[in-house]
Amino acid sequence: MKCGIVVFPGSNCDHDCYHILKHVMDQETHWLWHKDEVNLESFDLVVLPGGFSYGDYLRAGAIARFSPIINSITRFAEEGGKVLGICNGFQVLLECGLLPGALIQNQSRKFICKNVFVCIDNPDTSFTQDCGENRVLEIPIAHHQGSYYIDPLSLSELEENGQVIFRYCDTSGNVSAESNPNGSVGSVAGVANKQKNVMGMMPHPERCADPLLSNTDGQIIFQSLISNS
Amino acid sequence: MAKSFFNLLFQIPDTVDKTKKNRPGPEITPQIVKEHGLTVEEFRRILDLIERTPNLTELGIFSVMWSEHCSYKSSRPYLRKLPVEGPRVLQGPGENAGVIDIGDGQAVAFKIESHNHPSFIEPHQGAATGVGGIMRDIFTMGARPIALMNSLRFGELSEPRTRFLLNGVVDGISSYGNCTGVPTVGGEIYFDACYNGNILVNAFCLGLVNSDRIFLAGAGGVGNQILYVGSKTGRDGIHGASLLASSEFDETTEDKRPTVQVGDPFTEKLLIEACLELFKFDWVVGVQDMGAAGLTSSSFEMAHRAETGVFMDLSKVPLREEGMIPYEILLSESQERMLFVIEPGHESEALAVLGKWGLDAAIIGEVIEEPCVRIQFEGKEVVNLPVFPVVDGALDLKRESRRPKYLDKVEHVNLTELPDISEGNTALKKLLACPNIASKEWVFEQYDHMVRLNTLVMPGSDAAVIRIKGTQKAIAMSVDCNSRYCYLDPYEGAAIAVAEACRNVVCSGAQPIGLTNCLNFGNPEKPEIMWQFQQAVEGMGDACRFFDIPVVSGNVSLYNETKRDAIYPTPTVAVVGLIEDHKKIMTQGFKKSGDQIALIGFTMEELGGTEYLKVMFDRSEGKTPVLDRKHEKQVQDFCRELIQKGLISSAHDCSEGGLAIAAAESCFSYGGETFGATLTLESTLRNDTLLFGETQSRIVVSFPEERINEIEDLAMAFPVDFSLIGKVGGTHYTINVNGKEIVKQEINILKELWKTSLGNYAGQVT
Repeated sequence: MKCGIVVFPGSNCDHDCYHILKHVMDQETHWLWHKDEVNLESFDLVVLPGGFSYGDYLRAGAIARFSPIINSITRFAEEGGKVLGICNGFQVLLECGLLPGALIQNQSRKFICKNVFVCIDNPDTSFTQDCGENRVLEIPIAHHQGSYYIDPLSLSELEENGQVIFRYCDTSGNVSAESNPNGSVGSVAGVANKQKNVMGMMPHPERCADPLLSNTDGQIIFQSLISNS
Repeated sequence: MAKSFFNLLFQIPDTVDKTKKNRPGPEITPQIVKEHGLTVEEFRRILDLIERTPNLTELGIFSVMWSEHCSYKSSRPYLRKLPVEGPRVLQGPGENAGVIDIGDGQAVAFKIESHNHPSFIEPHQGAATGVGGIMRDIFTMGARPIALMNSLRFGELSEPRTRFLLNGVVDGISSYGNCTGVPTVGGEIYFDACYNGNILVNAFCLGLVNSDRIFLAGAGGVGNQILYVGSKTGRDGIHGASLLASSEFDETTEDKRPTVQVGDPFTEKLLIEACLELFKFDWVVGVQDMGAAGLTSSSFEMAHRAETGVFMDLSKVPLREEGMIPYEILLSESQERMLFVIEPGHESEALAVLGKWGLDAAIIGEVIEEPCVRIQFEGKEVVNLPVFPVVDGALDLKRESRRPKYLDKVEHVNLTELPDISEGNTALKKLLACPNIASKEWVFEQYDHMVRLNTLVMPGSDAAVIRIKGTQKAIAMSVDCNSRYCYLDPYEGAAIAVAEACRNVVCSGAQPIGLTNCLNFGNPEKPEIMWQFQQAVEGMGDACRFFDIPVVSGNVSLYNETKRDAIYPTPTVAVVGLIEDHKKIMTQGFKKSGDQIALIGFTMEELGGTEYLKVMFDRSEGKTPVLDRKHEKQVQDFCRELIQKGLISSAHDCSEGGLAIAAAESCFSYGGETFGATLTLESTLRNDTLLFGETQSRIVVSFPEERINEIEDLAMAFPVDFSLIGKVGGTHYTINVNGKEIVKQEINILKELWKTSLGNYAGQVT
């Protein structure tokens, strides 16, 4: 699988995504500089990593969407290319309009960095196909603006279309207010576009994919993408 | 006084007539000298050294460079007594940070630094810029910052400002550290009334560097170019070092808010990446962060280290505001700025790298032979000062030192006056919920402690551990100081801080290899404070020599007092340890029901200075625990041996709250499973000292039952005191002493108390 990792000024999980894809998952991995408008045709996956692109000034992802690389990514996505946005990358994808909804400040109004549990709402996507049914993944979150919001009508549309990919839950997979770390509507942790080739998620799968860090639940998402490519 | 100074300072720009910008400054009157924080003797010395009267700008330069904060004039004679050498030391004190060799051509650069005064006035920006400053000290050495820690001290919970300061400081650290993508992996927080009027914010950073690519802060090579990099210079932070950090707080403190700098973590992140890219080139000669005293200290100090001079044209400095005068440009402490020295002919290459990252940069001068700093502004020379008098001319002060009288009152605690306890439940619960012992997860969950994928041991264990990618190695680090001990006995207290930080690092499986300190004290003009300082530095030095740990960097913060109330002496230390094999690391939490619990070391009849006395009786008294250094070393070596041999499942240092608290913390440590435990103790000691006394050199370990014999044999051979004290398992935490049950509590209830107490306090709306 040929992967590209986008580097915006202020991206800070770019090296982590690179490390996992290149050294742990053993995939061909390249950097994509935000100022370059490039042809992504030969790529199988483009990752928008976490961090604070442009300092998250104004609003998370709001400035990054004007980067030249976004034009390339939009074309790539329209042609069916797979795009994964993690944390700040998810925020950028929302600002670009490639994904529906918005991310607002956590209910606690604090940055939260801890392990949470997510269940797979739609196991039939190229991001989740190796997860199987009823699997609960333990994945860390690290964000300040991670509370997903979308109006109730649009949320039911997403649910009908199978666009809700992950929801926060407890260790046994129960979705409840207590297991929702940030106040997201419907405990939504990750969503995809209608075609399911663009997916954004707040939890960081790259933070639990290196065997040395004991938890490897995140590998399954990258593995699904590899199986699918 | 402060107020009138600021009127003077901030009125200057308004009164400047644009056409007459270079008019001579005001005449230097005794009043102006005084307002610059210089004494009559110091001013006379300046006249002697430069053989003329300085102009206002030059006076400003002397004022900051001779301030306590920059010159260390009170502390320097004592600091010379600290051991700074060792086979692993690549760079000791004197540069931006110390550097220690970790083998295979790699090294770690680290330092801890205070940002106390600004954080009390404006907690969010004060703490944030403290983190920014310490990070720049690390990456100026050519090292990539890979871990942050911090040591925080707040006033008591009942003090109304404490909650505001706690939330502000944590928020500031969180917003700055998280944005730069450097994980905050550990730290400590204490609350005590002595910090009501003067909180402490000490920030630590560690970076990784190739041993042959360490950069130093010298302006070598006549003709080399001076390159300004980073944020534009504004009017923020003027006189932060001289007026804010080098005097006590009083009623006018709030007026000093303009001296607090404002941080921009996004620029810092770009600066890290751009600088690390520049460091790949051999034409980079030297670099220094523009920290305290900004452009002034960086230019003078870089010239001083290389025994050269510097010429600068301030008209070329990127400015944030119009109408800034040389005085302001030179003394501004605007954040996220660096000064590079590069070889001529490579200016456009340098500017291309910086431009790629969208940073402001400009060539503003060059290295000259004459050992002077000459500064020009709009075609006119505004400063011409010899380097040596400015950097090294401040006289070391021989401050008077006298043993404080309070010690006679607090030194002894008569145990017979205190009723012993027949049950320990009440004290146990109170201690677990007290903010100095309660879980700090409300704090560290606001810090990104995982980014960069190196964090092997998360915050909440004795030491944080990060791996070094591409090697088998890992680095452990711990920051520590029990300031109540230091208040009762600064010599012993400082020695214990060193011992405990080492013990913490050892509990993770590491060998301590270096130390950095942040010496926070009151007003050095008082003999009693100087006595505390002198004692603490001696205690620290002796302990470091005994444990063979070099002090490679550090910072002194004096004048930590408000309206004549000084903080407890707080000589914070951060110890860095090396783990050769990252598979052999240890954490503090119990791992399995049925495991044996044992204590390395032994408990003595000591209760002085304990958290127990403070929480239960509101007494900060008594003799500090005795530190038997030889015994301490044996305990540490034995524990590390057990970890190396893979014999134990957990190791946790006994500190505040003693044995009962240490074992309880192992039952429910962060990120791990929760276990019950039963301790069965036989002792002739009082119950309170047995459970809650803080005897040093003790570690609680657990291991599978079948390893008992092997471990006991090893303990005998060492020799070191080692006793089986209980078993992991069940739903309760039970302690039996001499056959009598004196503690029995449901473990989940204890955990809840411990886990939620700090967050509940911090989140309360009043």
